[in-house]
Amino acid sequence: MSTGAEAGALPLAAGSLPAGAAAPPARRAGPGLARLRAAGLALLIPAGLGLVWHLATVGRPYSLIPPPAEVWTELRDLAFGGINDDAFSGTLWAHLAASLARVYGGFALAAAAALPLGLLIGRVPVVRALLDPTLQILRPIPVTAWLPLAMILFGLGPRSAYFLVFLGAFYPILVNTVFGVRSVEPRLFEAAAMLGCTGTAQFARVVLPAALPSIFTGLRLGLGFAWVVIVVGEMTGVQTGLGAIIMEARQLSRTEIVICGMAVIGVAGFVSDWIVMRIGRSLLAWSPSHG
Amino acid sequence: MADPTVPILDIRNVAKTFVSNGRSIEALRGANLTVARGEFICLLGASGCGKSTLLRIVAGFEAATGGEALMWGKPIPGPGPSRGMVFQDYGLFPWLSVRDNIGFGPRSRGRPAPEIRDTVDRYIDLVGLQRFADAHPHQLSGGMKQRVAIARVLANDAEVVLMDEPFGALDAMTRERLQDELLDLWRRTGLTVLFVTHAIEEAIFLADRVVMMSPGPGRIEAVHAIDLARRRDVSSPAFNDVRRMLSAQLHSHHAPKAA
Repeated sequence: MSTGAEAGALPLAAGSLPAGAAAPPARRAGPGLARLRAAGLALLIPAGLGLVWHLATVGRPYSLIPPPAEVWTELRDLAFGGINDDAFSGTLWAHLAASLARVYGGFALAAAAALPLGLLIGRVPVVRALLDPTLQILRPIPVTAWLPLAMILFGLGPRSAYFLVFLGAFYPILVNTVFGVRSVEPRLFEAAAMLGCTGTAQFARVVLPAALPSIFTGLRLGLGFAWVVIVVGEMTGVQTGLGAIIMEARQLSRTEIVICGMAVIGVAGFVSDWIVMRIGRSLLAWSPSHG
Repeated sequence: MADPTVPILDIRNVAKTFVSNGRSIEALRGANLTVARGEFICLLGASGCGKSTLLRIVAGFEAATGGEALMWGKPIPGPGPSRGMVFQDYGLFPWLSVRDNIGFGPRSRGRPAPEIRDTVDRYIDLVGLQRFADAHPHQLSGGMKQRVAIARVLANDAEVVLMDEPFGALDAMTRERLQDELLDLWRRTGLTVLFVTHAIEEAIFLADRVVMMSPGPGRIEAVHAIDLARRRDVSSPAFNDVRRMLSAQLHSHHAPKAA
């Protein structure tokens, strides 16, 4: 086999070896313009909704929903203080930090439990027979329904919040991991076995990498759910957190603070999803559907 | 295992019956074949003749339900590095680069890192994929993938290379080129090759001996030594004589079925 690679049959030139290098030429032709167009399209609907919100609320002192400008002022006061000088001024970062800790803490616990469980359920029939029915029955129970029981089991405070976030993130990770493991091509196990990789060694060298695209989808969904359930998680009587501030502001009819909390959760969730996606892209460059 | 009187492979009366949903299918009946070290054997037959089943029994992926398959006189215990398989659909690990696919076997067997690197470099050179060492399988053409699959087996010190219609999914020109390259490798390495195909011409071009198999139930019909000098000319009269003979024999097995 000294002739080298066959000419004409190569799907790529020698210079563009790493995956992802085969970017479509259209993006190279006018990247600035295309990006501008995408950003414009993405902002169209929020700008429209904002306008409707503004027109419907501005100049009406008895409106239950504050106008956007008022919310923006409140957001700056929450973040930096010096405007209202009330109990909420300048507290945003402490609440954000508390929620971040719970979201990522609960998510990490969920990943730590769901990944090994998913690998075992997907690969070992006895474990599947043992655990799958129970987990399938527990799965449809919404996180909100667990709230009272969580407070009895784990008490008022952050431990219940961690548990609820954990629950929210656990199932997406588990279900996608099991799916990924079960859809590994049987051929790859044969290939590994004839090369001398057998038994439990296949978990690390075949099952895990082959299932990684699915696992990543699960992690991404799980982290999304962790943000979704953070408000419920912080209804457990904790003092800090974006969920806690929303609950407290609601009782005080400070709707502008409620909206600020919602907006911060939206942005934080968006940013954390973007980070996970970037990590996933670099780890899964080998996969044609992810690269 | 250096005993010259013991054949590298000894297939003794091997049978395989698959049972699924209460129905049993006899895939292989009473197969006998001995293979000497360094031989190039082609298993030739139509689909359902048990040629792939026989190959998978030698690989250790399937256990025989009758008879025994021996390597160096000992029963084959299961899949292992001494018998490397090249699949028609490549079976490469998509998350590993060409380099790491070839290094998978040595790594699994716990070889030291510098040795793995040397081995991988040597086999990347041997199959001419230097420029693609860091590419992933989805970036390669079919012919290049199959070169990686062959290098992966050789880098793992396989004594027997089992090939299950390895060039079946390739275009005609790539197939001819890989046939030449495979013969070249075989000559240089002294490997023993068991090659499954349903193409008569491919079998005659490659093999020292062609094992003719026929379906219903799968069995070995005849074994023909191919006494043509290499490199064989597929358009020569002598080649054609062999082709005509094997073709007639292959189709005579099918005639009663077709009627």
